[in-house]
Amino acid sequence: MDFDWLFLTEIVFAGLGAGGLYALTGLAFVMIYKATRVVNLAIGEMLMIGAYLCFGLATAMNLPMWLAILVAVIGSGMAGALLERVAIRPMLGESPISVFMVTVGLASILVGVVELIWTSEPRRLPEFMPSAPVMIGEAFVPPKVFYGFLVAATLIAVALAVFRFWRGGVALRATASDQQAAYSMGINVPRVFSLSWTVAAMIAAIAGVIVGAVGGISSTMGVFGLSVLVVVIVGGLDSVLGALVAGLLIGVVESLAGGFLGGEYKLLATFMILIVVLLVRPYGLFGTHEIERL
Amino acid sequence: MSAAESVLEVNNIEVIYNKAVQVLRGLSLSVPRGQIVALLGSNGAGKSTTLKTVSGLLGLENGELTRGEIRFEGKPLAASKPHELVRAGLFHVMEGRRVFEDLTVEENLVSATYALTGRSGAKADYELVYEYFPRLYERRNGLAGYLSGGEQQMLAIGRALIARPRLILLDEPSLGLAPLLVENIFQIIARINAEQKVSMLLVEQNASVALAVAHYGYIMENGKVVTDGPAERLAADQDVREFYLGMGGHGEMKSFRDIKHYKRRKRWLS
Ligand SMILES: Nc1ncnc2c1ncn2[C@@H]1O[C@H](COP(=O)(O)OP(=O)(O)OP(=O)(O)O)[C@@H](O)[C@H]1O
Ligand SMILES: [Mg+2]
Repeated sequence: MDFDWLFLTEIVFAGLGAGGLYALTGLAFVMIYKATRVVNLAIGEMLMIGAYLCFGLATAMNLPMWLAILVAVIGSGMAGALLERVAIRPMLGESPISVFMVTVGLASILVGVVELIWTSEPRRLPEFMPSAPVMIGEAFVPPKVFYGFLVAATLIAVALAVFRFWRGGVALRATASDQQAAYSMGINVPRVFSLSWTVAAMIAAIAGVIVGAVGGISSTMGVFGLSVLVVVIVGGLDSVLGALVAGLLIGVVESLAGGFLGGEYKLLATFMILIVVLLVRPYGLFGTHEIERL
Repeated sequence: MSAAESVLEVNNIEVIYNKAVQVLRGLSLSVPRGQIVALLGSNGAGKSTTLKTVSGLLGLENGELTRGEIRFEGKPLAASKPHELVRAGLFHVMEGRRVFEDLTVEENLVSATYALTGRSGAKADYELVYEYFPRLYERRNGLAGYLSGGEQQMLAIGRALIARPRLILLDEPSLGLAPLLVENIFQIIARINAEQKVSMLLVEQNASVALAVAHYGYIMENGKVVTDGPAERLAADQDVREFYLGMGGHGEMKSFRDIKHYKRRKRWLS
C-alpha cells in the first residue's frame, strides 16, 4: 500500500496554521510573563473577549468587518491595561501563587461577562477572509488557515523587530531581567507593566478573531488557552523564541495525532510532549537558566 | 555650609524595614556640589540602606522613611518615585553592579537613556562612556552576563555616565575586584568627578582607597554617623586607621602579623 504523502502534507500545513496561532498567543503570554512575572491563565479568555468584541461590533453595531476588528483590538488593549491596573498591580509583591489565582478568577469573570451578554451559544464571525482555495504545490490549504498563518507570522515578525530595535523593547527586557535596576535607570516600571498587558491583550484579540473566523466563537473557546499554556511551558515561560518553536511544534503534532489517530488523541499528544520536554529540560526548550559568569 | 552649595542634604533620617527592623537611627550627611563624599562603615552599618533611601529604591524592599528629611538641590524628595528622581539627575549605581545580564553591553547603555526622558536637548553620549572605558567598546555587542566582574562594574558606571546625573550614589564599586583593578576604577571615578562636574556619594568598605579619592568622609555605625571630617584628616586619624583601615600603630605590619597568626591557627585546626 502506498503512503498518502499528499494527506500528510495537508495535515502538516493545517498544523502549521494552528501552530502559528499558538505561537502568536504564546507571544502575548510571554510578554506578560517577562515584564510582570505573572503566569496569566486568562490568556485564552482574553483572546475570547477580543473575538466577541469584534462579533458584537460587526453584528449589533453593523460596523464593516475591518473597522470592527480594529476597534475590537484597540478596545481589548484598553481592557488589558484596565485589568492590569485593577486586578494585577495591587497584587505586586504577593506570592506568585496568589497572583496566578487572580488570573484564574479573571478567566471565569470574563467567561461570565461573555455568557451574560451573548449567552453560551456558539456564534459565527462574519466572513472577512478571501475564500478562494489556496494550493501549495499539490496540497490544498483551507484559505482561512492560510491567511490566519500569514497574519500570525507577520505580527510575530513585527513583534520580534520591535523587541530588538525599539527602545521600548530594551525597557521591557531590562524590566524582565531586574526590576529594581530598571527603576534605577529611569525606566517607568509600572508603565512597562501596563504597556505589556495592553500589547498582549491586543495580540490576543487578533489571535481571537482569527481563531473565531476559522472555528467559530463560543464561551468555551478559552480552552484554546490550555494548549497555549502547554506551548509556553514547553518553550520556556520567558522565551519568545521558545513560544514560536513550541507553538509550531505542538500545532503540527496535534494535527498529526488528529489526522492519523483520531481527534481524541490530540490533547494526549500535546501532554505527552509536555511531559517529555519537562523531564529532559525542566526550564522548557529555551527557558533561561542563569548565564554563568566568567 | 549653606544649602545652596550642597547637592544633597540628609537630615536626621530614620528607616525601618518591614515595619519592624530599624536600620537608620538619625543619620545626617551632606554632599557639597562637585565633591566626592565617602560613606564608610562595617557590614550591616546601613550604608546601602542610606543610598536606597535617597534614591527611593527603599520602597521596593518594603522599607520606609519614618523620620527626617532629604533634600536634593534644595528640594525635598518626599514622595518622588525612583524613576522620576533618576530623570531629575540623581543616579544610583547599586551594590553588586546589577547589570542586565541577558542584554548586550550596548543595550545596557541604551536602558540608561530613559534617565534623559523629559530633559530637553539631552542626547545619549555613548562615545563618552567608551572613552572612559575602551574595554566596553570592544565588548559592546556581547552579553553583559559574560563580562568579568571588573567589566561589569565599568558598565554600571558607564550607565551612570549616559544618564548625565548631577549626583551619583556609588555603592561599593570595589566589591569583589582585584586590587589593581580597584585602583584603576577609582582613578576613573575621580576623573569623572573632576571632568564631568558630577558630585558623588561613595559607599565603601575599602576605606583607604575611598578616602584617597574623596574630599570628605563620614563613618557610620549602627545606623548613624559616628565621625566625619575631611578625607585627609580621617585617613590620618589614629582611631580611624586602627578600626576602619585595618592598620595599627605600625601601619601595615599589624594586619600582616594577624594574617600569619591566622594561618598558623588554621594549621592547628586542620
Ligand atoms: N530589604 C531588607 N529587609 C530587611 N532588612 C534589611 C534589608 N536590607 C538590609 N537590611 C538590614 O539592614 C541592615 C543594614 O543593611 P545595609 O545593606 O544597609 O548595610 P551595609 O552597610 O550596606 O552593609 P554591607 O557593607 O554589608 O553592604 C542589615 O542589618 C540588614 O540585614
Ligand atoms: Mg551595602
